[in-house]
Amino acid sequence: MMNRVTLRKTIISCALLAAALLLAIVSMSLIGSEPLPVRASLCAIASLGSTSCGLTRDQFDILFQIRVPRILLAAAVGGSLATAGAGYQALLRNPLAEPYLLGISNGAAVGTMTALVFFGANEWTRPVLAFTGALLATLAVYRLARGRAGSTPERLILAGVIVTTFLSSVIVFVTTLMDATRIRSFTFWLLGDLSGTSGALLPVAITVAIAGALILTLNARSLNLLMLGERDAFDLGVEVGRVRVVVFLVASLLVGSSVAASGSVGYVGLVVPHLARLSLGSDNRISIPAAALGGAVFVIVADTLARTIIAPRELPVGAITALIGAPLFIYLLKRA
Amino acid sequence: MALLEAHDLSIAYDHRVAVADLSLTLKPAEITAIIGPNGAGKSTLLKSLNGQVRPSSGTILLDRQPLEKLNRRSISRRIAVVAQEAELRFPVTVLEFVLGGRFAWATNSGWGWETEQDLNIADAVIRETQMTELSGRLMNELSGGERQRALMARALATEAPILLLDEPTANLDLSHQATLLALVRNRCDRNEAAALVVTHDINLAAQFADHLLLMKEGRAVYSGTPEQVLQPQVLQDVFEVTVLVDAHPVTGGPRVTPVHDTYRHP
Repeated sequence: MMNRVTLRKTIISCALLAAALLLAIVSMSLIGSEPLPVRASLCAIASLGSTSCGLTRDQFDILFQIRVPRILLAAAVGGSLATAGAGYQALLRNPLAEPYLLGISNGAAVGTMTALVFFGANEWTRPVLAFTGALLATLAVYRLARGRAGSTPERLILAGVIVTTFLSSVIVFVTTLMDATRIRSFTFWLLGDLSGTSGALLPVAITVAIAGALILTLNARSLNLLMLGERDAFDLGVEVGRVRVVVFLVASLLVGSSVAASGSVGYVGLVVPHLARLSLGSDNRISIPAAALGGAVFVIVADTLARTIIAPRELPVGAITALIGAPLFIYLLKRA
Repeated sequence: MALLEAHDLSIAYDHRVAVADLSLTLKPAEITAIIGPNGAGKSTLLKSLNGQVRPSSGTILLDRQPLEKLNRRSISRRIAVVAQEAELRFPVTVLEFVLGGRFAWATNSGWGWETEQDLNIADAVIRETQMTELSGRLMNELSGGERQRALMARALATEAPILLLDEPTANLDLSHQATLLALVRNRCDRNEAAALVVTHDINLAAQFADHLLLMKEGRAVYSGTPEQVLQPQVLQDVFEVTVLVDAHPVTGGPRVTPVHDTYRHP
């Protein structure tokens, strides 16, 4: 029997997850192809980079110019994608909904690539067009997936396949407009890659992740009822139209900002909300904030694996998350 | 005093008229049952009464205020709906499900938490619907009848003075049908509530309803007490089947038995 979710339980769970996130940020920044002295690094991190604590110039730069920003970006991307996944699942009334599988990440990727090809000099166009792409893809999936009785798993997945394949050919088309030297790094980026951390996009990604998780959490009670069915939600007093627009916009923004920063990291939005619901119950008041924090930890760990298991070479982080996510997807599909 | 009134209501649906020039009044402590053949517009009418479907003409007054001027939550505090349940794809406990009925009362529609009062009300309606033992179970582990009772409990938890029920007894066995309608009767009598029940079960309607509304092709063809409406000729006209109406051996009210042509002696 699952206990009823209370404010107390929510605060305790989120505090524990926040502590896990802090631990992941600190410990994972010590791991990498270049070994760093543990004590001095911890001291430097504790001082938030204001003193070197005996680290050499190179070590200090590796820690604060490369690792910490990359880990923070991983946290923002993971938190964003897990929150967006939880939002789409409530909106589409389907635990299989996930931004990557529905083609929404591809929509954001088309937006990002369009920005790179046509407005390459202006970094700000990337998240804006990525958001636009994600929003259009979301609307397309929503319209295609919605049958009379909500979206059946089969219909939703088919809608996702159609949107994904259509947008994949658009991506191929845009790729041909690029020069050959950039194509290789783009294929890597498309699979989800955190190595190309751009300084300007990091604060954007972090702000969007926090704001998005907060807004969806503040609509959690409405989402709880929406999850049971649109008619039920309407009858019980939810302004279904307004909540739907909020989830559309916020989830698209979350996917847009993370894809603009790191490409399409798949399955995070499936794995993490599922684990959150499994351990804490389906109440969105706890599962959304828990998914946001858990998603951050998940992608930090996955990216540490991606940059260390075949060091000094790297894997795209999306390859690691898909290795974990695809089997879980099959399991969920069999149960659905 | 009327809790809910509809005047000259017409609803067009997919270029088809679903409800035409229909008026009805729901009064405290009264159960009204809508009966009629499939496709008569019964469910559409029910949906329009809490704003789910917008009428193309006519007015709906809730406590004498036009329905379209009221916001969603204030409507849901006054009108509860029991409709065919949607398929549940997320694990939700019975208690969580029933607490959903308290949503419209929350001071904060977003992140707020249930108050002590919400929990007491949920407890009371769970007891009333005999679900106490099941309150910690997941909804998708319940039988069809148990789920229907949970749906009823959630509607009662809203404490709304108006109950709209769409085929509430469709999935229920004989004893649960009567139990469920007894709950509705009880709520109407004790809390001065009004109920509108869409049903195919004419005999159940005759037994529990104070007022019957017989619909055909979107129109209210007959309306009145069960004795007034359940006349053999009226039912034959509407349902296009020969019926026998006699007195119920226990209640003395009208009892309807269809007599299909093939059952007749040669």
